[in-house]
Amino acid sequence: MAHYKLTTPLTEADVRQLRLEDTVTIDGTIFGIRDATQIRIFDHGVAPPADLTGGVCLHTAPGVKKMPDGRYEKICIGTTTSTRMDRFVPGLVEQYGVRAVVGKGGVLEGSIQAMQRVGAVYLAIVGGAAALETLQIEEIEEVWWEDLMPECLWKFRVKDFGPLFVAVDSHGNSHYRAVQERAAARIAALEL
Amino acid sequence: MPTIYDAIETVARDLYWMALKDIPEDVRAALRVGLQAEQREGNGTAEHVLFTILENIKTADEHNTLVCQDTGLPVYKVVVGSRMALDVPEVKARIRRACERATAEYPLRSNTVHPLTRKHTGTNTGQGIPIIKLDFSDSDRIEITMAPKGSGSENMSFLKMLNPSEGLKGIKKFVLQCIFESGAKPCPPMIVGIGLGGTSDVAMQLAKEASTFRKIGSTNADPEVAALERELLDHINQTGIGPQGLGGATTAMAVNIEWAHTHISHNPVAVNIQCWRGERASAAIAADGKVTYGNGAL
Repeated sequence: MAHYKLTTPLTEADVRQLRLEDTVTIDGTIFGIRDATQIRIFDHGVAPPADLTGGVCLHTAPGVKKMPDGRYEKICIGTTTSTRMDRFVPGLVEQYGVRAVVGKGGVLEGSIQAMQRVGAVYLAIVGGAAALETLQIEEIEEVWWEDLMPECLWKFRVKDFGPLFVAVDSHGNSHYRAVQERAAARIAALEL
Repeated sequence: MPTIYDAIETVARDLYWMALKDIPEDVRAALRVGLQAEQREGNGTAEHVLFTILENIKTADEHNTLVCQDTGLPVYKVVVGSRMALDVPEVKARIRRACERATAEYPLRSNTVHPLTRKHTGTNTGQGIPIIKLDFSDSDRIEITMAPKGSGSENMSFLKMLNPSEGLKGIKKFVLQCIFESGAKPCPPMIVGIGLGGTSDVAMQLAKEASTFRKIGSTNADPEVAALERELLDHINQTGIGPQGLGGATTAMAVNIEWAHTHISHNPVAVNIQCWRGERASAAIAADGKVTYGNGAL
């Protein structure tokens, strides 16, 4: 269990070195995406208006306040369940070069394999720990597709963003899969 | 001169904010117990997750901010004292107004969308929302408990009309299957609410009452039901799913069961999950307008 402090954009080498249960904190900028954002990108075929190469994507829909100058001030930014958006993960990493997806709840086999092929990881953040997350997000730098509010494409500047737990590495391993396999065996062994 | 309805509106608005900011003491205590258990077991990741959760609660206290970004669907449990002679439709209208004000004045993220068009209302209210669970008591006060039910845990809702012949064993198997399917998704360590009996809708309502409105550490008054609560909590924690589904000894902080009698042909089991924040805030308003707040329990 090592700790890595990474700065965006991430390279393939940055993520290939990570192993399950390592922890990571991130400096730089990350993108916020959610269901509607990815439905537009992948189901409606609209290319994202930002370059996601080497990017870190956080599954979120922030609570924000629009200021008179048109900028957005953060109110509360946290993380939503990734599993719901699992089908978009292969596209993010293979088509758009995203190197890390940050979320909670995990991703499934197709995503794990795509991450292994191209070199990407799934980093688990503590779901619900939005008070901390909001402090670690220094500023909302840009927002695209405001018509999808709050499920826009967001760009956040972050400092010491984490702790993030390497839950799917780029070598085909999933911490969730290991835990679930063990849970299935333990449930089967229970005397009910 | 503010009326009792003005007091109800203000309190209902404030309860929305309080539920999002101030985690009930019983939930905090259970999280601390979980942290100690993970430390004893030497589960490094689970310990780190629970430590981060407790740090997050502390940060929200210190900065007076929201604990989690999911402002939920607003659920109000309202017990109206019959001796207050209140105009109940007016009470409901004021609670709806309270949600709109809580959302606009903070501002809170609004989550309410049309189920087909997915169009936002922008107010955290809409058709059937807020959800108001009305009950009546022989008293001279109105009690309001607010729970902003988050989606990660609410998406982990299950109902099965088992056969009576599947009995108690079938109930236990179904609950464990639900926990397994939920895995990391509802933000464990969770509170597991189970509704037994009734019709299908009643079973789901009982499960919600159990997951969302009962304190951790409370037990069902029926000793057999209470024994099942203890047994299932033990089984669920043996799965090792752990905090955030990353492994550990603390998968659930509580299993709460509520029940109703049912039909000879029925064996309904409903499961509703609450996430680790166990959010709820309560207040009682007396006829003279005096308000008593209760940190999630009156």
